[in-house]
Amino acid sequence: MAPGPLLKLDDYRQVAPRGTVDFLMRSGERLRGKRFVHVSASRYGALADWLNRVVTLLSDLGVETTWEIAIGTADFDQVSRAIGKALAGTEQVITEGMLARLRETGADNARRLRLDADLVMVHDAPPVGLVEQRGEASRWVWACHQDLSSAQPQLWNALRPVVQRYDAAVFTLARFAAPLSIPRFIVYPAIDPLSERNREMTRSEQALVMDRLRIPRDKPILLQVGPFERQHDPVGVINAYRLVKRHHDVRLVLAGPPPAPGGDALGDVQEAASHDPDIAVIVLPPDPQIELNALERAATIAIQKPLKADFTIEVATAMWKGKPVIGTIAGGIPFQMVANVTGYTVETVEGAAFRIRHLLSNPELIGRMGAAGREHVRRNFLVTRRLSDYLALIAHLTR
Amino acid sequence: MSETQPFVFLGCLELNELLPHEAHDARELLEQLERVPIESVFCHTSASLLHRPVLAEAYPNDFSLWVGTEVRDVRLAERLAAVDPFHAGSMERVREELIATISDHLQHLGTAPPRSQGKRFRFFQVHLVPVPTGHQARTLVEFRDALAEVDVSALFYHTIEARYRAGRGRGDFAEWVGGALGRADLADRLAHIDPHAGSLERIRDRHLSVLGDAISGEAA
Repeated sequence: MAPGPLLKLDDYRQVAPRGTVDFLMRSGERLRGKRFVHVSASRYGALADWLNRVVTLLSDLGVETTWEIAIGTADFDQVSRAIGKALAGTEQVITEGMLARLRETGADNARRLRLDADLVMVHDAPPVGLVEQRGEASRWVWACHQDLSSAQPQLWNALRPVVQRYDAAVFTLARFAAPLSIPRFIVYPAIDPLSERNREMTRSEQALVMDRLRIPRDKPILLQVGPFERQHDPVGVINAYRLVKRHHDVRLVLAGPPPAPGGDALGDVQEAASHDPDIAVIVLPPDPQIELNALERAATIAIQKPLKADFTIEVATAMWKGKPVIGTIAGGIPFQMVANVTGYTVETVEGAAFRIRHLLSNPELIGRMGAAGREHVRRNFLVTRRLSDYLALIAHLTR
Repeated sequence: MSETQPFVFLGCLELNELLPHEAHDARELLEQLERVPIESVFCHTSASLLHRPVLAEAYPNDFSLWVGTEVRDVRLAERLAAVDPFHAGSMERVREELIATISDHLQHLGTAPPRSQGKRFRFFQVHLVPVPTGHQARTLVEFRDALAEVDVSALFYHTIEARYRAGRGRGDFAEWVGGALGRADLADRLAHIDPHAGSLERIRDRHLSVLGDAISGEAA
């Protein structure tokens, strides 16, 4: 992602709930001088985008926050990928040699990185072994952004004793957490309302982007943002759209990143969409923040219909733009919504179609649910709330 | 003449800890309620206000919400919703009432209780870190103006946390207004605002309304 504008906490006054920014500043004063270091294994991706922001904002608050990158050899990258997949529940061959590489890389990085801080937060599995070299002066937290509920047992049995050397673990959702003997805290992901993905957009800017994507704005737009993979059920969304189409003249937009090699559903989706000009299948360019911002603003109803999902923060990004969401109960989707208030949870194609029809037939509900959704996100899923959680974590663990 | 003790507003940072207790049906909920730390009962009843949406959900605590939406036992959900921390007096009393309600329901059920159709109930406890908001008040007008500005967590800290966990009388607002300002009548009115009746913003509005009436009355 291209670096966004250098934002100060003060800039969030316009979007955060009343009193929040001042309270964060006061909380920062209480923790002034504390040193907080994050360690991740990559400079890129959604986590890195968040860390870029959090380092700036926490430093702005007076907490000396830094970010270190754990590095390894080329085979360490392969090991990391296999471990990530195995923790997500995709069976992998994990050898003793791979686990040894994880430990060696942890030890190498522990010698190289500057980890002298009051609180060290190690993100995800690749650098997890750093903790084996920890001193007693700092408190250590493992932040796991993955769903561990179906982790490969052989791997998790090997990693759990390492994880239990931390003082605490942080998960994004209770249902993603694994049993551990250390305290487990839950910190939901959040959206940055001032990022390119979520900032306000003029109608003309929005129109330019939609023209570039070749999506007419002559009909209500149903939108699903997500990978073209079977577990995100894009074909199910097309089937729901077809049921809706019998009653309402709408467009369907399916937007997702270029598919990873093998196992993707893009071909099926393109085939299913090929005979209907009102279905647009958009393979997004790299770093599609502005495109997604415009698409979500142009949408009438947002859909998230995965069969299995991670936190799926796209629910909050759509709600922030005042859109009702029709979502399944997978992953973090139902935790971001207030059922029947900010949208509807559904379990089937027919359920999705029924709820979409209900909203299209009652347009005043679309506005009401959209407004409730934006307020719900303002209070629960903005970056200011996540900063507050981090400050609470620092205060609690370093007291 | 002694100077009025100022009211110092405190907000709170919150950190949610997942406990190793969970339930799939009402019987397991009952068993776990007997075991969990009292902080967890507080977290799922009074502290659920911290994350209550703008439009309040149908049920006022996490137990009734889960039983109603996931187990789909509306009868038990309605009875659990009626367990009222505002009148119970202490969190241990709330725990007793919850346990008694579920026990009675199970006794009369006759069959095995239905299992959750979706999410299991996971017990949490919440850690609060109090932080001064920077607002102080010595008069009713200053108090009202500060209350309108502070982070919403201050409403939670001074009404819910003070009253139900820390045991500070009828809550910090009522105690200060009655004690430092000597306004027993107004303190009574503030103490009678049921903090479990809506979102924290709604509670703020109700306090501001009561304070506004009192200030107008003084001016008249």
